[in-house]
Amino acid sequence: MEKEGASKLPIGGIIDKGGTAKKFQTGDWRSFKPVLNPKKCIHCLFCWVYCPDSSIVVNNGKMEGFLYEYCKGCGICAEECPPKAIEMVREV
Amino acid sequence: MKIVAKTANEAMAEAMRQINPDVVAAYPITPATEIVQIFSSFVHDGLVDTEFIAVESEHSAMSACIGAAAAGARVMTSTSSQGLALMDEVLYIAAGLRLPIVLCEINRALSSPINIHCDHSDTMNVRDSGWIQIYSEDSQEAYDSVIQAIRIAEEVFLPVMVTADGFILSHAMQRIEILDDEDVQKFIGKRRSPYNLLDVKNPKTIGPLDLQDYYFEHKYQEAQGMMGASNVILNVAKEFGEKFGRYYGLIEEYKLEDADYAIVVIGSTAGTAKETIDEMREKGEKVGLLRVRVFRPFPAEEIRNALRNCKKIGVLDRAEGLNAFGGPLYMEIKAALYGDKNLPEIFSFIYGLGGRDIKPHDIEETFKKIKDGNVEKINYIGVRI
Repeated sequence: MEKEGASKLPIGGIIDKGGTAKKFQTGDWRSFKPVLNPKKCIHCLFCWVYCPDSSIVVNNGKMEGFLYEYCKGCGICAEECPPKAIEMVREV
Repeated sequence: MKIVAKTANEAMAEAMRQINPDVVAAYPITPATEIVQIFSSFVHDGLVDTEFIAVESEHSAMSACIGAAAAGARVMTSTSSQGLALMDEVLYIAAGLRLPIVLCEINRALSSPINIHCDHSDTMNVRDSGWIQIYSEDSQEAYDSVIQAIRIAEEVFLPVMVTADGFILSHAMQRIEILDDEDVQKFIGKRRSPYNLLDVKNPKTIGPLDLQDYYFEHKYQEAQGMMGASNVILNVAKEFGEKFGRYYGLIEEYKLEDADYAIVVIGSTAGTAKETIDEMREKGEKVGLLRVRVFRPFPAEEIRNALRNCKKIGVLDRAEGLNAFGGPLYMEIKAALYGDKNLPEIFSFIYGLGGRDIKPHDIEETFKKIKDGNVEKINYIGVRI
């Protein structure tokens, strides 16, 4: 993200609009990433319910993968997944 | 306009009534208690529209002020000494958030030992907090400065504290000219806020984490705000003078233009010094006074211009810097003069701690010591050794 100089920033250190968290990609410091095994997935969407960063991609009720730009690699999805279809793999 | 007898506490409370702020959050402390006590009776009697928040501490008072100011309200409070020290953490936040809060401060010594009387250690303690500081010589100036402070704060978007010496001014009756309510309202105008938290159509985040990538830029902005404040203070004072006939500057020069020996003071001591200087002038002594009215932003250039033709200068601090080098005002005056070719000799004098009186005789003696070169690295006026 392009960083503005002091003359262009709103004063007081405020963020002067909503929804800016989208621009902040929290996934860039992950040390483990979740990897889905589609053969094991039963699309119960427990991962979608539990994910604290809304990083589970779901389309038409089907679990399709992860938003790696935002996933911090906390591993909650893998822990909660009933058929153990999610594996935490070390980032290289 | 009407002429009344009022203490600085009463005069500042009267200014607050005429300003009619949206929110006042405060906690009482001697010798500033009366300001909020009188103001709360204005609230009770329905003379103001203010939401008065009685809080459990000064830390909470300033925190409530910050919340209200962030919501776009015109906000005032009052405190002294330990109360200001307890606010310290939140004072920096008010300034960093660029909130135009106005604080009526009564100067009182900091503990320990515990003391309720005047010195400037409390406001000197927060001199680098990002607050504009205006010190008053008398109650009239305290009243006038509180009214001007609203305009200054809402133009610079930095908070302002207006101070008056504890008991010496806060509890002493003086003749004061009180402006008409409408004139005060017309002068301060409609409130201006830097942003409004309650504007739900344009949501904002106030106080987010600001790390290596942005904190520096925001502090730069704040410093620029303080640098620009001098002009705003002068413009507001000029407009006030033109409308109401009382003029104020960043500093006040008294018989300085041909003075060989000068003293520099802050606050009510200026009155005693002026009288002493008049008497000494009658005896042919070329002595003068510089009073620093605005300490933050520090008017270095004005001070340099005012003092550069003096031979010797004594800077009188009503606060011990406890740095083994000299009082806080002395250090900054000395720094302001550095680089001048014919640098005057400059000496530090500490006086009046814990409300110890300073008398014309003390000031005359100080001038004599300066003139004779009978001085130490750090000098003390009126302490028993």
